Amino acid sequence: MADNNNTLLDIKDLRTYFYTDAGVVKAVDGVSFDLKKGETLGIVGETGSGKSITALTILGLIAIPPGKIVSGYIDFDGQDLLKLKQKQLQKYRGNRISMIFQDPMTSLNPVFTIGNQLMEAILAHQKITKKQAYDKALELLDMVGMPDIRKRMKSYPHEFSGGMRQRAMIAMAIANSPSILIADEPTTALDVTIQAQILELVEELKNKTDSSVILITHDLGVIAKYAERVLVMYAGKPVEFANVNDIFYKPYHPYTMGLIGSVSKLNEEKKERLKPIKGTPPSLIDLPEGCTFAPRCRFALDSCRLSYPPNIEIEHGHFVSCFRSKEFYSGSLSRL
Amino acid sequence: MLYYIIKRILQIIPVIIGITLILFILMYVIPEDPARLILQKGATPQALANLREKMGIDKPIYVQYWRYVTSLAKGDLGISYRYRRSVNEILAEHYPNSIKLAFAAIIIETIIGIIAGIISAVKKYSFLDILVTISTTILVCIPVYWLGMLLQIGLGLKLGWLPMSGMGDGSIKYYILPAITLASVSTAFVARMTRSSMLDVLSNDYIRTAYAKGLSNNRVIFKHSLKNALIPVITYIGIDLGTLMGGAILTETIFAWPGVGRTIYLAILQRDAPVVIGGTIILVLIFVVINLIVDILYATLDPRIRFGGGEANY
Repeated sequence: MADNNNTLLDIKDLRTYFYTDAGVVKAVDGVSFDLKKGETLGIVGETGSGKSITALTILGLIAIPPGKIVSGYIDFDGQDLLKLKQKQLQKYRGNRISMIFQDPMTSLNPVFTIGNQLMEAILAHQKITKKQAYDKALELLDMVGMPDIRKRMKSYPHEFSGGMRQRAMIAMAIANSPSILIADEPTTALDVTIQAQILELVEELKNKTDSSVILITHDLGVIAKYAERVLVMYAGKPVEFANVNDIFYKPYHPYTMGLIGSVSKLNEEKKERLKPIKGTPPSLIDLPEGCTFAPRCRFALDSCRLSYPPNIEIEHGHFVSCFRSKEFYSGSLSRL
Repeated sequence: MLYYIIKRILQIIPVIIGITLILFILMYVIPEDPARLILQKGATPQALANLREKMGIDKPIYVQYWRYVTSLAKGDLGISYRYRRSVNEILAEHYPNSIKLAFAAIIIETIIGIIAGIISAVKKYSFLDILVTISTTILVCIPVYWLGMLLQIGLGLKLGWLPMSGMGDGSIKYYILPAITLASVSTAFVARMTRSSMLDVLSNDYIRTAYAKGLSNNRVIFKHSLKNALIPVITYIGIDLGTLMGGAILTETIFAWPGVGRTIYLAILQRDAPVVIGGTIILVLIFVVINLIVDILYATLDPRIRFGGGEANY
C-alpha cells in the first residue's frame, strides 16, 4: 500500500495472537495499513475489534507470552520494529512513537508527582540536565493548556481532574516531539465538553509539531471530524480502509454501513429509528467459519460462510474485504 | 499532620485505661495472696496482715486501682512482688535485649523477604520463583520452637559454629540463631506479600505507560512498581516490628534470651502482678507508637492518603 516515500509507517499482514488456556485469541489478524507524514489516521471498531492491540503491537508492548506476533512487519522509517530487541525498542518508545492511553485515571503513577513523571519522560531520551528538563516540562505543561504550571508540577495525579490528567498524559507523549502519536480512545473516559478540548489539543499539537496521529476510537463523529483516512476493524480483521469521505459516503463493507446507520444524524428530516447492527461481535477464540461478519450481515449469502473474503482494492486507495463489494460498486446491490 | 499525630497520641490514654483495668481485674481474681507469696510458708497471720497493709492490698480493688493509676501517671510501675525491686528497673534491664533482637529479626525479614519477593514476581514461574514459593511454604509450616531447636542442634551443637543460647557478651554471633528463628515466619510472609503485591502492581495501566515512555525494565520495576508494591509490605513489617518488640516468648525461652518476653512469661508463672501489668503497658505503648510511625510512613509512600480530612478527591 505504500506508494510513495511520504510513508512514515507501513504495516503489512500483522497478526498478534494470544495463547490462553481457553484457546488462541486472534486479537489482530492480518492488519495492513500505512501512515503518511502529517496525516491523521482513524482506526474504528467495536470493543474487542483489535484496535488497541494493534497500537500496542506497534510499540512492542504486548506481553509475550501469552501474546505472540505470528506474522507481519511494521516498517517505521525503513526499520522493521518487529525485528528489534526490547532494549532497541526503548529508544523508539516515547521518543519517535508515543502513545496516549484510554483512561487517564489509571495511566499515571499515583505515587509520583506530575513533574517527576514528565521529567522522567524527557530525561529518558534527551541528554540534558535536570534543570533543563524541569524548564522543558514547564513548557510542555503550558503547551497543553495546563493552568498554574509551577504548582501543577508538584501535584500528584489524584489532585487532578480527568481532563487535566489527560493533558498531562499528552504533555508526556509529546515530550520528545515524536513522529507518530498514537491516541488510544483518548476521550472515552472524559466528559463530552472535555472530549472536544482534548481532541482539539491533539490536532493543534499535531499541526505544530508536524507529526502523524493514529486516532483509535469507536466514535464515528470524532473520525469524521479529525481523521483523513480510516481503517475499520471487525473481530481483529481490517474490513475496510479508505479516505474519510469514501468511508462515510461510499462504504463497500456492510459492517461500515451498519456503523454509519447506527449513528443519529441531526440533518435528517424524517425522524427515523436508528438501525443497530443485529447480534454481537463473535468471540475471538471461536470465530465463525468464512466471513466473520456474515452471521450479523443482512447481505450475507451462503457462500460468505465458506471462506474469508480477500482484501481487494476496489477503487484507488479504497480497500475492502467483502464478497459483495463489487455488487455495491456496480450498483446492482443497494446499500439501503 | 501535627493535629493528626496529637490526636493519635491522645487516643493512647483510653487504651491504657482499658488495659490496666482488664489486667487488674484478672490479677485480682486469681486466688493468690501476694503477701503469702512473699513471706512463704510459716508466716504468722499477724506478719501477713502487716505486710498486706503495707502493700495496700487489704484495701478494696477500686482503691488499689486508683493508687496504681495515679502512680502510673507519674511513670511508676510499682514494685515486683517476687524480686522486691521496682518494675521500671526490671523492664529497663530486659527491654533493650528484646528490642535488639527484634531489630535483628526485622532486618533479616525485610532484606531477605523483599528481595525474594521481587525476584519471584519479576521471574514469575521460573525456577527461582518456585524455589521461593516452596521454601516460604515450608517456613510458614515449621513451628518456631522446632526450627529454633533444629538450628541449635545443627549449627550450635553438631557444627559448633554459633553459640547455642544466651546473649554472652552481646556480640553478633549470639544474635544470629535467635534472630533467624524469630524472623522465619515473617520473612516468608514478607516474600509472599511482596510477590503478590508486585504482580498486582505490574498489571496496572501506569506500568504500561512507564514502558510506553521508553523507560528501561529496571527503572519500571524498581521505580514505578516497587514504591507502589511496598505499601502493604511496609504496613506488615511495621506491625510485625510492634509484635516482635513485645518480646518473643517462644524464641526467648528456647534461646534463654534475657528479654522481656521471657520476663513477662516468668512473671505470669510466679503471679507477679506488677511485672505482668507493667510489662504489658509498655508493650502496648510501643505497639501503638510503632503503628503511628507506620501510618506516617504510609503517607509519605502514598500521597493519596491525607490526614485529618485533606483535599483528596477521587
